Amino acid sequence: MATVTFLEAIRQAMFEEMAADPSVVLIGEDVGVYGGAFKTSEGLLEKFGWERVIDTPISESAIIGAACGMSYLGLRPIAEMQFIDFIACCFNQLTNFVARGHYLWNAPAPIVVRGPSGAGVHGGPFHSLSPEMYFLHTPGFKIVYPSTPYDAKGLLKASIRDNNPVLFFEHKFLYRRLKEELPETDYTVPLGKAVVRREGKHLTIVSYAAMMHTSLEAAEALAKEGIEAEVIDLRTLLPLDEETILQSVRKTNKCLVVHEDTKTGGIAGEISAILFERAFHDLDGPVLRVTSLDTPVPYAPTLEEAFLPNARKIFAAAKELARF
Amino acid sequence: MPATQTATKLKLSRQQYLDLYYFMRLNREVEDTMTRLFRQNKIVGGLYSSLGQEAVSVGSAYALEKKDWMAPMIRNIGALLVKGVPPRDIFTQHMAKYTSPTKGKDGTSHFGDLENLHIVSPISMLGDLIPVLTGVAMAGRYLGQKIVSMTWIGDGGSSTGVFHEGMNLAASQKAPFILVLENNQWAYSTPVRRQVPIENLADRAKAYGIASYIVDGNDVVAMYSTAKEAVERARSGEGPILIEAKTFRRRGHAQHDPAEYVPPAQREYWEKRDPIAIYEKSLNTEKILDAKGKQEIESKITALLEKEREFAENSPFPPPEFASQGVYCTGDDCHKIRPKWERPIAEVMPPKSSVEPVWAVEGFGHGKSANRENAPIHFGDTQQQASEPTEAKSTPKSAAKPPAGKAAPAKSAARGKARR
Repeated sequence: MATVTFLEAIRQAMFEEMAADPSVVLIGEDVGVYGGAFKTSEGLLEKFGWERVIDTPISESAIIGAACGMSYLGLRPIAEMQFIDFIACCFNQLTNFVARGHYLWNAPAPIVVRGPSGAGVHGGPFHSLSPEMYFLHTPGFKIVYPSTPYDAKGLLKASIRDNNPVLFFEHKFLYRRLKEELPETDYTVPLGKAVVRREGKHLTIVSYAAMMHTSLEAAEALAKEGIEAEVIDLRTLLPLDEETILQSVRKTNKCLVVHEDTKTGGIAGEISAILFERAFHDLDGPVLRVTSLDTPVPYAPTLEEAFLPNARKIFAAAKELARF
Repeated sequence: MPATQTATKLKLSRQQYLDLYYFMRLNREVEDTMTRLFRQNKIVGGLYSSLGQEAVSVGSAYALEKKDWMAPMIRNIGALLVKGVPPRDIFTQHMAKYTSPTKGKDGTSHFGDLENLHIVSPISMLGDLIPVLTGVAMAGRYLGQKIVSMTWIGDGGSSTGVFHEGMNLAASQKAPFILVLENNQWAYSTPVRRQVPIENLADRAKAYGIASYIVDGNDVVAMYSTAKEAVERARSGEGPILIEAKTFRRRGHAQHDPAEYVPPAQREYWEKRDPIAIYEKSLNTEKILDAKGKQEIESKITALLEKEREFAENSPFPPPEFASQGVYCTGDDCHKIRPKWERPIAEVMPPKSSVEPVWAVEGFGHGKSANRENAPIHFGDTQQQASEPTEAKSTPKSAAKPPAGKAAPAKSAARGKARR
């Protein structure tokens, strides 16, 4: 067992999959000689060569298009967005071409599009996005957003082996802040399965990625006041593990959804609707949301802090919910 | 910078000359049949005509080998036929039948065949196929297959951003990729001069440092000869090639469009240059085709299309419950594509694949090589400490501060199971 960062877990997943399967290639901006803007592909070029680690022009649509074309001949390309914010540049290629291929003409595109996402590191409005919901509304994708190094590695490996296009979001706040001991042997974490990170009986907090840790922190503070919160880490947003959420809410009868994405159209709304459809009689209170503000991600640390959810905001919302 | 070229017309075998004639006639008859079906309300959506552009589709696709890949656009029915698609697939697609290649999920030429014919389906957003076919070409080269990929784009589609991104990637990768730029003078109702203010669209190749050709798109032998030369050059490793075929869209954008915006004189000029009539005349002169031969080809096409049309008309629509199926590829049956290696895999695996990760800049030698264990990330970490608020417990930043503790819940049941 070796202790590695979240970032190193990502690198290991790519390295091991490329070592095990010659059909796995990496394509993106500065992924080769430079090893990626965050060094997630450090050492891959050295090991696997120019044909498998491909530095491209600054052309996100071309990166996605080429990765898709490669997959048609049996390859399993990993396409890196230098920052996930730039996925907007290839929105058309992804939503209209890649996502629809299997449904329309029986053409699966086993590609993984991955990149650093999320705020909290003062990246400003164009390097801090959580754009997952743009794609959750597009049938055909799987969407993964891990919160721990163990999951990051296991889910990325599962994503590479999956036969569908997978959007893999890596919260850059976690890249070097989390460390975990990982097994030396090969393992995967299945897509579409949430996990209960903390058990509790009074209310359920559903979250993912960096906010999962913030939710856990709030849960500890709540415990000191006698409120035991159950914390669910979604891990995969699409397909969404409805059963794990329902099972928890049927026990606690209360649900709070926490995410870093902005509020309107965020996944909290979707989860809320699912609960009303499938667990209406189990609910003892409203489904509450703690999310970022409905604004662009601001730059100044004071503004960004105000924009983001934090443990204090979660704590306050949970206290309110617990009163029901 | 390579200048735009013209290819020398090739001398073909008698069979090749007749093939080109057959496929152009088949292309036109398939579309005429569909026009009749459209008027009978049997085509579900729009119908897009390639009348007068048959030589472009047929001549260019005829230059591809079976192993090569292509992606047609909406007006490349002829290319589909040449690559081996049966007319029934085109009829059933347009009629949204369950027997169509997409089983009624999409129409027109929007279908493909990854396993046998190596055809990638187009979508309506123009230019998207350029990077996709570039990727196909790169993968083919990676696997050692020596394939060429080809797609088409109109004068209109050449203004999209992804056209540029795709061509530039193809050029920087020297991908064995051919783009046939079908300049039919009109993008829906807007003439080419109002879209692209340059004389020859082939000149765009100069911006990518790649070779280009200009060809009379209404001369099928010239079209084929040009495509053949380009395909061979691309296959030999010269990189992507752009072919501008000058032609004319004789019908409107689709059936509903009478195209009254086209000056009558321009239409008359091009109607006199019908690619099939011109070619037939030359085949008569060269004594390759006589009245009897023509009759035989026509009978063959009529009989074939009668059968294919009947099959399509008698086919059912897809059952409603089919609408919810197939968004994901689940199970092992839906992804049967295995990479066909035609080079030793060892070449792309360590230790053979290992390289020194460093750029060599011509005239300046090498940069500094890897081993960047302590390379800083762009930003964030450096400012992290300074901005750490005193009320640490209530901020997200502190959430992951004691990482070992926070990640500890990951050691849950799920994890235990995965561990070996």
